Amino acid sequence: MIDNLNWPATLVFVFFFALVTVMGFYASRWKAGPLDALHEWGLGGRRFGAWISWFLIGGDLYTAYTVIAVPAVIYAIGAYGFFAVPYTILIYPFLFVAFPRLWAVTHKHQYITAGDFIYGRYGNKWLELAVCFTGIIATMPYIALQLVGMERVIQALGFHGEGVFAHLPLTIAFVILALYTYSSGLRAPAMIAFVKDTMIYIFVIAAVVIVPIQLGGYGAIFDAAQKVFDAKGGATGLTLKPAQTMPFITLAIGSAMALFLYPHSLTGILAASRADAIKRNAIALPAYSLVLGLIGIMGFMAHAAGVKVANPQDAVPQLFLKQFPSWFAGFTFAAIAIGALVPAAVMSIGAANTFTRNFWKPFVQPDISSTGEAALAKVVSLIVKLGALLILFVMPTQFAIDLQLLGGVWMVQIFPALIFGLYTRWYSGQALLIGWAVGIVLGTWLSWGPTAWTPASNFFGWLSFNAYNGLISVLVNIVIATVLTPLLRSSAPDQTAETDYEDARVLA
Amino acid sequence: MRYLLLLIPCVLALMTPLYNSIEPRLFGFPMFYWFLLLLIPVSALFILAAYKGEAK
Repeated sequence: MIDNLNWPATLVFVFFFALVTVMGFYASRWKAGPLDALHEWGLGGRRFGAWISWFLIGGDLYTAYTVIAVPAVIYAIGAYGFFAVPYTILIYPFLFVAFPRLWAVTHKHQYITAGDFIYGRYGNKWLELAVCFTGIIATMPYIALQLVGMERVIQALGFHGEGVFAHLPLTIAFVILALYTYSSGLRAPAMIAFVKDTMIYIFVIAAVVIVPIQLGGYGAIFDAAQKVFDAKGGATGLTLKPAQTMPFITLAIGSAMALFLYPHSLTGILAASRADAIKRNAIALPAYSLVLGLIGIMGFMAHAAGVKVANPQDAVPQLFLKQFPSWFAGFTFAAIAIGALVPAAVMSIGAANTFTRNFWKPFVQPDISSTGEAALAKVVSLIVKLGALLILFVMPTQFAIDLQLLGGVWMVQIFPALIFGLYTRWYSGQALLIGWAVGIVLGTWLSWGPTAWTPASNFFGWLSFNAYNGLISVLVNIVIATVLTPLLRSSAPDQTAETDYEDARVLA
Repeated sequence: MRYLLLLIPCVLALMTPLYNSIEPRLFGFPMFYWFLLLLIPVSALFILAAYKGEAK
């Protein structure tokens, strides 16, 4: 099991893991508040200023899976995998314009989740439930994929277990994570994010400086990668082929629309102390996108370094083992593993918040107390993490990847309800609900291929090119909601007023 | 209306014919990569400008 363990790398890895574990438990005393209230446990008491939010949101969005998957796709198919960069260019103008409004209205009305706002705005608890379950179902495979990212680096350390021991290190890591998330809530990932992000910046800077020196410069790296793609027959390469252009563009747009609708993204944003902190972060968070782009280039570096792996997800770990001393590879792997902990914690908290607020409270126990809410959410966060662990144990990894892909297609379906709702109450809740349902079914149907789930399609032959199914289906969703709204006028009350959305700029 | 300026980096990011080529290279990076990587800080500057414009 541990005969082939790379000891220097493993010791460094274990050291950093132990460090963040201590921090995770200590975090319950940080910016102390009554952790038996849901907005304290699940939103850090909305006490995070611009700096903490930068680390938390950055640590939350740029996950371990991203760090493994983006270079893996670029290693496997080249330029197309770089769609992550235009995608991250689109998200911040969107964050800047729309989300300070969401922060303002949620702060005013003490909403904690997207579902809370949806109910407040449209007075339709079925739409609230749809938003809640879309979020939870899209989040579960996403957490499972964080575990996949973590397991890749644990294997790269030389650990190979059999049978029940196969997932042993991962299970231990996850149980520890579950315990400190339970006790410290959102404060734990916020505090750990400082360590995680600092480590990621260090290893990325080291890699983009040192690897090109070893391999003869960036020109040589790209040339070497070009040769590998040419040898594969030229269907993929360093630039987009004509058939890849529209999928590339639509995938960037659709993914950008979906990103901030996920419960974990919203949890990170709503935990900010002021709307201004969100605006400042829209300016400063692109620093992470630059890092992500550079991590993507590591897929090409792996080719240039002669890394040959059957599973592209092993490309970056193997690159580091090959080009760096063991202790630094251990440091990098620890950064990636800790990079899994932060989003996994925030995701489970986001899912727990919405389960408690938008399913349990309206449908099961309307008279639940504030302390009851927090107690329930803590337990749900444990269940969500165990569920993700189970997904990994009993299902093939490919299934989790497919589910995550579908999760994006589903998640974007709440876009009209949530984002349009920030600007207008013209839409009726029922029309939005029908649009949502059609979008979910259509998006799933389009993605269902004869042999595998596919992200893009030509919309039953109506388009002359392939486009991202999430984008096609949400456009249909919007058309349906718009057409049905005049027919399904609702008289449900709107708890919010126009001025609730304005940024009441606090002069500090 | 001033938010319309924010569309500029978004449109540039999606106009693949503009940058989908190997040449000209910059520090060895094919254009496809340096253009997109450079656009990230440029887009942040646009958001900064919108933020400054709001404060007035």
